Amino acid sequence: MNLKKLAISSAVLLTAAASSLSVNAADTVRIATEGAWAPFNYIDDNGKPQGFDVDIAWALCEKMEADCKVVTQDWDGLIPGLKVRKFDAIIASMSITEERLRQVDFTNKYYSGGLRYLAPKGKEFDLEKLDGKVIGAQRATLAAQYLEDNLADTATLKFYDTQDSVYLDLVAGRLDIVLSDELPTYDWLKTSGNGDAFEFKGNSFKKEDEIGIAVRKGDDLKEKFNKALDEIIADGTYQKINAKYFPFSIY
Amino acid sequence: MLDLHGFGDQLLQGAGITIQLALCSLVVGLILGLLGASAKLSHIKPLQWIANFYTTIIRGVPELLTVLIIYFGATTVLMAIAGVFGYEEYIEIGPFAAGVTALGLTFGAYATEVFRGALQAIPKGQHEAAIALGMHPRRKFFRIILPQVWRVALPGIGNLFLVLLKDTALVSVVGLEDIMRKANVAVSNTKEPFLFYLVAAFMYLALTIVSMVVVHYLEKRASRGLTRG
Amino acid sequence: MELDFSVVIEYFPRLLTGTWMTIKLVLLSIVLGAIVALPIALARISKNWFISGVPFAFIFFFRGTPLLVQIFLVYYGASQFEAVRESFLWPMLREPFWCAIIAFTLNTSAYTAEIFRGAIQAIPEGEVEACKVMGMTKMQMYHRILLPRAFGIVLPAYGNEIILMLKASALASTITLLDLTGMARTIIARTYTPIEIFLAAGAIYLVISIFVIYIFRLIEKRQNRYLGTLSIKVPDKG
Repeated sequence: MNLKKLAISSAVLLTAAASSLSVNAADTVRIATEGAWAPFNYIDDNGKPQGFDVDIAWALCEKMEADCKVVTQDWDGLIPGLKVRKFDAIIASMSITEERLRQVDFTNKYYSGGLRYLAPKGKEFDLEKLDGKVIGAQRATLAAQYLEDNLADTATLKFYDTQDSVYLDLVAGRLDIVLSDELPTYDWLKTSGNGDAFEFKGNSFKKEDEIGIAVRKGDDLKEKFNKALDEIIADGTYQKINAKYFPFSIY
Repeated sequence: MLDLHGFGDQLLQGAGITIQLALCSLVVGLILGLLGASAKLSHIKPLQWIANFYTTIIRGVPELLTVLIIYFGATTVLMAIAGVFGYEEYIEIGPFAAGVTALGLTFGAYATEVFRGALQAIPKGQHEAAIALGMHPRRKFFRIILPQVWRVALPGIGNLFLVLLKDTALVSVVGLEDIMRKANVAVSNTKEPFLFYLVAAFMYLALTIVSMVVVHYLEKRASRGLTRG
Repeated sequence: MELDFSVVIEYFPRLLTGTWMTIKLVLLSIVLGAIVALPIALARISKNWFISGVPFAFIFFFRGTPLLVQIFLVYYGASQFEAVRESFLWPMLREPFWCAIIAFTLNTSAYTAEIFRGAIQAIPEGEVEACKVMGMTKMQMYHRILLPRAFGIVLPAYGNEIILMLKASALASTITLLDLTGMARTIIARTYTPIEIFLAAGAIYLVISIFVIYIFRLIEKRQNRYLGTLSIKVPDKG
């Protein structure tokens, strides 16, 4: 056994490991998104994050003249990650809720959401009475919270790590009905090739749902984002990005 | 050729990350294992306690939880420690560093037992002979003890490496772009879970086979002093 | 950032519900895994390549790939196909619980089969010969000598396998099951206190595995009591 060689190669590997444990340059704004919530944020086949949220993020950075980095993080790790300073802001279609406001600060809204049920065509539901149904939603979302608060005792609730897994299980037939945000589901019905087999059920609700950018409590980034947000809405950048994804205004 | 919808390159990149993660964790784990074994065999009680505490905790908690706890918790702990020394800047622990730490700790805990067995397997006479030859303890350790420990421990360490290789998939949960996460991205883009998870499975299988060949070669090399008539 | 462990107390009952799910998963997979493992081990010992080839490939695949991939293959992969969704297996494959059980059982049976094989092959040839000299039938030989002996040899490794299974069961959380880890993640989705809740879950896993180790020490002592009071002395170092 050539111990010297082993020692040298170990040292090289350790340096590689140590260099990944970097001290972050203070002036970079690290923006986290999820990367599994098409068309708002998703990973393309080059491994890069894309979508409405990501476009908005870059547009805001340009106005703020900030050096930005967009990173991805699983949904249920976003707020915990923000709190332990893994990144500085979350632009991931996150609804402004009272519970989240206890943990983080939000900017003004950058679009409005709303929840709506989704199920196979031809099946009728009494949406006021979903007793005994298997209902799916993504973990730690507004939809999941609504289901937990209102239907936990009467229906079987299943929560997933990503919205994509929710769709997979709906198509596979493990779920009777799904509750999720209306806009991404609208896109899914249009683009995934499942549009002829599935449809919205009932009207959207929770229309007061506003989507904002989350930052750490007390961080002055909030004001900078708000200013930049006003600017891109005023100069038409926002409308251009909006039109790329939806034929109607989602503000 | 398989039609991977353009995700072949991504998966190969993921394999690169998986290999880097496995090798870095191996180095950290081997060092921790040797330290742990030495501590368990030392005469100093507190060292024994620390080593026992370490191996019991790590071996009793799921690797997935270890990865999650280190990913979310280590920054807080490190910054608290750095704060004591007056260092206030933010210290980043990305998925890769968290993975190396978690998997290195896990590997080290199991390697501690393997190395302990190997250290105990070296006859007392060898120590005595080395001392009689006037060797410095450090020289004795590197020239006489370590090469033999290496030979005895290799099969055990090889097995642990195969376990480690598969555990790397867990780090995808905190966002490392390894084989597993690349497969997940491909699935969400193409809606073909069976194809991509199967491809991922065979990539891990290929890495396992390569590792087995390397371990076999190392074992042969390490024992060449014994087989030569 | 300050830690607030009051959330652990508040959500402890829910963590216990998750613990119960974890225990069910582990017990069921371990028992089913052992049942599947025995024929695989026996076939694997066979010198006939046609008989030993299939178990070899089975063991190689399940030991050479991550359990996480195996779970996803069973849960998301299988359900991709119409044929599976319309087959008689669907009522079972529909449930994440049974998907987890299937993946865990196959996985643990590959490891357990190797443990069984090792144990059967570890019994010295002389004992088999001794049985024959005593005029035992094959049944008697297995019943009285070989299986009890193999059981004793298997115990430590098998105890380890149960703990590995306990830890691996945390992966059930990735397919919507509310086991201990899944419950912890669901609680964190509400409270945003990952460190506190994950540490609490880790402590519960630790308690269970220490309990398993303790039980196996007891059984081992009982099983190997024929070795008498003669204790194996490990010489002190130095």
